[in-house]
Amino acid sequence: MAKQKILIYLITWWSGYFVMAMELLGGRTLAPFFGTGIYVWGAIITLFMLSLSIGYLLGGQFSARQPSLRKLGAILLLATVAALPCAAIANPILERVFEATSDPRYGALAASIALYFLPITISGAISPYAIRLLVEGLGTSGKVAGMVFFVSTFGSTAGTLLTSFYLVLIFEVDQLFFGMMAISALIGTAAMLLGGSGQDEGFRHGR
Amino acid sequence: MVVNRLSALLPLLVIVGLATSLQAGVVAEEKSLYRNVLVFEEKGLRCMKFGTHDNARQSCMEIADPVAMVFNPPRMLMAGLYLLPDPQRILVMGLGGGALVATLQTLLPDSEIDAVEIDPAVIRVAKKYFAFTPGKNTRVHAEDGRVFVKHQLRQKKKYDFIALDAFDHISVPEHMTTREYLQELKTLLTDHGVLAANTFSSGRLYDAESATYAAVFGPFYNMQIRNRVILAMKSGQLPEMETVRRNAARLEDGFRPFRIGQDWLLPLFATGNRWPEETRLLTDQYSPANLLMGR
Repeated sequence: MAKQKILIYLITWWSGYFVMAMELLGGRTLAPFFGTGIYVWGAIITLFMLSLSIGYLLGGQFSARQPSLRKLGAILLLATVAALPCAAIANPILERVFEATSDPRYGALAASIALYFLPITISGAISPYAIRLLVEGLGTSGKVAGMVFFVSTFGSTAGTLLTSFYLVLIFEVDQLFFGMMAISALIGTAAMLLGGSGQDEGFRHGR
Repeated sequence: MVVNRLSALLPLLVIVGLATSLQAGVVAEEKSLYRNVLVFEEKGLRCMKFGTHDNARQSCMEIADPVAMVFNPPRMLMAGLYLLPDPQRILVMGLGGGALVATLQTLLPDSEIDAVEIDPAVIRVAKKYFAFTPGKNTRVHAEDGRVFVKHQLRQKKKYDFIALDAFDHISVPEHMTTREYLQELKTLLTDHGVLAANTFSSGRLYDAESATYAAVFGPFYNMQIRNRVILAMKSGQLPEMETVRRNAARLEDGFRPFRIGQDWLLPLFATGNRWPEETRLLTDQYSPANLLMGR
């Protein structure tokens, strides 16, 4: 049980890291086509906030239906798959968007939607889903929610700092993308494997 | 609560505002989406800088003689004409006070010039305080340089002379340091085209920049004062100094009103720039230019 709890918090932490690292690298990915002006960052941040908000909503809804650690792992794996185009075929996608829109603001926004809407929305579902798995009673629900926010946002802090201060000095953008996807796949798979008994747990609380 | 915080900040804002306007020699300040543009005067010069605490001059002109080129970076970029004296189509990245564009359009009135400047505030200040008036064949575009290049590539535009002046020593637009960007510029050049790039790189960035330019253009002339100007050709074949000297002599009379000439420019021409074998190229995938600067 403790092992599963740690894994849930790890997923929450990692997803926070992943989202902010993706956001920073998104700036790098878009720059050759749309520049680095304030509107490019505006477009990226707008899209990330929108995606996260929708993700929170969907994650909360989804957590009401037989929640389990296994399913949480599946969400993480799904986000990983959805993020693959960001590394593998970002340039062809950006070429296409660049052809279609000459305005750098809407171009940057359209490019952000094409690349990041799916993976970030799915990533947003993780925190509310984790809260559902961790809450054991009404009295401690706020405490658990606070802890999840803390862990996830702390992950975002680490993802921002490490990526922008250090990792871009060592790795290429695609190496960072693929590296993060490998970690996501690893943690997601671990959750799928260890999530078996969690399913019963989910049933007990869920209905 | 937000209102409370704002009102607490208000006295601070007033003080900062006063400090800015009281700063010695400041003639004007133009609000900008990027960094506010300050115009200040000292020792007969009017100069442009960005932000209050930034001491990097972006451009200067002599108040008594606005035609004279008195600021090193645009003066050194003019040396590009020693490699190709009569370019028909010219691209200038980064306007500053407009000194380079003004000189080029006076010297070559029939040449078409595209000037690209990301900050509309800089364009306004150049026109208002630096006597910059675009000529009949000059177009000024308020756009990110890399985005402008992508658009020109799509339209299959070609330039004989490209001058890059978009950097200062405080901040480098990293997407304009990469191999891919230089390759895009190379594609925009005609077969005999010339690239002149002004940068302020130092430390490991200096070597990375050298290696990246060499990887795309081959050998280049390296002019070094505090800033650095790289002169390269699309063909990869630099003209001999013999040819450079001949072109310089031909241009001497034309250059004189702008107070530039071969006596100052020719000694700056250098080759044999070296960098460590293992120097990593700057690419769209790897471009921590600002972190490499000064390291």
